[in-house]
Amino acid sequence: MDIQHVNAKFFFEGDFDLSNTHLVEVFHDWVREQVFDGVLIDVADYRHVPDGPALMIVGHEADYVIDCTDGRGGLRYNRKAALDADSAGRFRQALVAASCAARLLQESLGEGAVMFSRTELELSVNDRALAPNTPETFAQCKPDIESAVTAILGHGDFSLKHRDDPRRIFRVSVTTGKPFDPVTISR
Amino acid sequence: MKTSNSLWSDRLSGRLPAQLAEEIDHFETEIELRRQGKIDDKIFAETRLRRGAYGQRYDNGKRYDGRQTRDIPYPSGKNTKGPGTVWDAPGMLRIKIPYGGLNPEQLETLAELAEEYSDGIVHVTTRQDVQLHYVHLDDTPTLMRRLGAVQITTREACGNSVRNVTGCPYAGVCTDQAFDVTPYADAMMRFLLGHPDVQNFGRKFKPTFSGCGQHACGLTAMHDVGYLAVTRESNGTIERGFKFYVGGGLGAVPHQAKVFDEFLPVEEMLPMVQAIAKVFGKHGEKKNRSRARLKFLIKAWGMEKFKKVVLEERKKLTYDPRWTQYLEGVQAFEEKPSRPPGAFPATNGDERYHRWVKANLRDQRQDGYVTATVVLPLGDLTAGQTRALADIVRKFTNGTIRATVEQNFVIRWVSKADVADLYAELDAADLSQPGAGTIVDIVACPGTDTCKLGISSSRGLAAQLRKQLLEKGARLDQSIEDLHVKISGCFNSCGQHHVSDIGFYGVNRIVQGYQVPHFQVVLGGQWENNGGSYGLPIVAIPSKRIPDALDRITEFYLRERNANERFPAFVGRIGKARVRQVLDDLTKDAPSHDVDAGFYSDWGDPREYSTGDIGKGECAGEVVSGYEFAMTSAERMVFDAQILLEEGNPQKAGESAYAAMLKSAKALVQIQYDDVADDAEEIVEEFKERFYDTKKFFDPYAGGKFANYLFAAHGKTDRNYDAEGARHLIEETQLFIEAVHACYNKMRTVGLANAAKD
Repeated sequence: MDIQHVNAKFFFEGDFDLSNTHLVEVFHDWVREQVFDGVLIDVADYRHVPDGPALMIVGHEADYVIDCTDGRGGLRYNRKAALDADSAGRFRQALVAASCAARLLQESLGEGAVMFSRTELELSVNDRALAPNTPETFAQCKPDIESAVTAILGHGDFSLKHRDDPRRIFRVSVTTGKPFDPVTISR
Repeated sequence: MKTSNSLWSDRLSGRLPAQLAEEIDHFETEIELRRQGKIDDKIFAETRLRRGAYGQRYDNGKRYDGRQTRDIPYPSGKNTKGPGTVWDAPGMLRIKIPYGGLNPEQLETLAELAEEYSDGIVHVTTRQDVQLHYVHLDDTPTLMRRLGAVQITTREACGNSVRNVTGCPYAGVCTDQAFDVTPYADAMMRFLLGHPDVQNFGRKFKPTFSGCGQHACGLTAMHDVGYLAVTRESNGTIERGFKFYVGGGLGAVPHQAKVFDEFLPVEEMLPMVQAIAKVFGKHGEKKNRSRARLKFLIKAWGMEKFKKVVLEERKKLTYDPRWTQYLEGVQAFEEKPSRPPGAFPATNGDERYHRWVKANLRDQRQDGYVTATVVLPLGDLTAGQTRALADIVRKFTNGTIRATVEQNFVIRWVSKADVADLYAELDAADLSQPGAGTIVDIVACPGTDTCKLGISSSRGLAAQLRKQLLEKGARLDQSIEDLHVKISGCFNSCGQHHVSDIGFYGVNRIVQGYQVPHFQVVLGGQWENNGGSYGLPIVAIPSKRIPDALDRITEFYLRERNANERFPAFVGRIGKARVRQVLDDLTKDAPSHDVDAGFYSDWGDPREYSTGDIGKGECAGEVVSGYEFAMTSAERMVFDAQILLEEGNPQKAGESAYAAMLKSAKALVQIQYDDVADDAEEIVEEFKERFYDTKKFFDPYAGGKFANYLFAAHGKTDRNYDAEGARHLIEETQLFIEAVHACYNKMRTVGLANAAKD
């Protein structure tokens, strides 16, 4: 299975103030400074729509999204351009990229403004043709996901849960036995 | 961009109408040809616009970052997808939803596409379209295929073409309608889509349908052609027809439509619009884009001459059975509920629910049923909400939902007995916002968020006004609640600011040496009576003071109005000068930049304001003649023939080459004889008579050689092609196409020379 367009999401821990006006400024600063690999294009603000992509940097290769889907806020990396790597490498890259963004968000917003869950993250594949949301896809992707998460966390103490709503894109929740710090895994 | 694009073509094979599938394949080929530089930039721009693939802000590769304008380092380098538009720059896909009619399966597909190719948001526009933003051009054929599989097209959503046919979202269920206009809107959409007589416009063309005259309905006053349902009795039977309006339009300088016919029988609906299309195509302005709408032609000629010319054209039309065939299917459009009629459930103590019932529900003409408006903030909903809405519509109705020009949805055929349950399910999906059609239900075009023409942030302002009005909530006086507010990002009126009680459109002013976003305040517009009158701007106010301006206008109205005096009457009585006085001080004494830098940026955008990102809009498309379009098609077809030959399919390769030759011959014939049929025999005969017998087509050295390729190909008694035969035909077709170009260029040069002599 040739997986592309991987998304990685780190969940916020506790309350996150979406109305923080500094947040939009931060995102515009990131676009100006082109802080990530790849091309950052613009900022799109959808905070008026609940439980969605509240605030995002639209990029060419990837988007960086403050995402509140299913009522769970977090920072999601949405890979759009094809990546030259094997499937495990693509899962790994998404996690690293999300981690870089998480770290930068913490640094930009200041002490205590944003905390991330240390026991949970989510991986998804934003392409229904490449990865239909089925048990078969999960079975095929599982080894690559496990390989990527193990490489990132440095251990294998985690469990995977396939989110199998057939109308949604392919999604897997990862719950770790040992806490991890999303902002440091990219270092 | 998506690596799965090639998978969808196979996956959806057989699920699209054959012609649509072929058109999308052609478009995909044209994308590839443009990528290789083999199609002219301008022609490709109009081609993709006519498939709904639109540009967005920053697609010139530059973006102002608050300090300076920087290049966006797109990987595509100098490749462009239109004049000044960078290949990799994200664009917008406009999706036509005729008369706003959707079903649950279509909603689910829109949700999927928003997630996979866009920003996760489905946006409803002020013309009942859906737009997906930040879409890559390379993905658009797949989007079109996936939409085509659920019977949605993007064809002619943009460009110099017939745009979405809009219609009252209550058609068929409204208590005030003359009759259900849905089947007629549908027939018009199908008849005009891709019709040869609508391919030669110099500008867009917008039709609409209304069921009544007194409500906003389909807003016939502001459309190029507007059909307002009327009936008359004739010999004991009720005849259906339309009060037929022409020449309306908003834009920078709005025009009210004029009556063309007090009663246009339904049998004449399609031939008359065809005649008007031909007249517009032949006589409409093509050079001066800002004067190219139908309204300007009618203004220049006067209605009497326009009507005379149209009726003469009508007489010359070749009979088309489709003009009246659709009438047999009118009854089939009748919707049915899925649940029995009922009575409202007992009231509960939920104040918000009661506000929702009051504002969002509307009795249908069918007893026991209501429509329920789903208010979408700024016309947006998430993919998840779209799926939830699909489920709700399935549960409570037979899939009957329509988009509205107020950027909402209307669910039809809701049994009154179900309203509480419906509300609960909408609420669970955060789709239960009360206040439909009231002052909190603000309409705004995309503005500076994504539009190249945006001057000020219409959406930013709308979000701010909405927030402050929602905070006031139930404390708003009913007469204020009933007001309509519409906001456009610039003077082009995509937010329809001319027909609101209080409208705003973006402008820019220099204050203390800085550019500062402003909005013109527009008063005097009327939403009812099909957009019955247009407002005028009274004063430009800094964007950050518009919330204060709105408060002042509404407070002044409450203070000074007569009992039960509605806002338009109030403005008419009190005079705009007095209203302006109330606002004057808001135009003065701007804070210095040091004191309040936020004054110098726009709502929702912390960058210091600039108009530097305004680009060349694609709303006007590119004027590409019918000849240029046809020749581009012919060249694409002969290219396709080569590919087919390479793939080992000489039969199809030969057929494609022959079709290309005919296409280019027809393109030349149509310069002299527009009405040549799409019939090989007629095309070749006309070509021979006009271009071969006259020697116009003759090459100075090769004589009539290239024309003989056409005659030979056409005269072939069997159409069987082996590899060698197909290859020869491809080569001959290519040479024939070159000869057509040479003939056309010679004719133009001679034409120009003759004009100079004159």
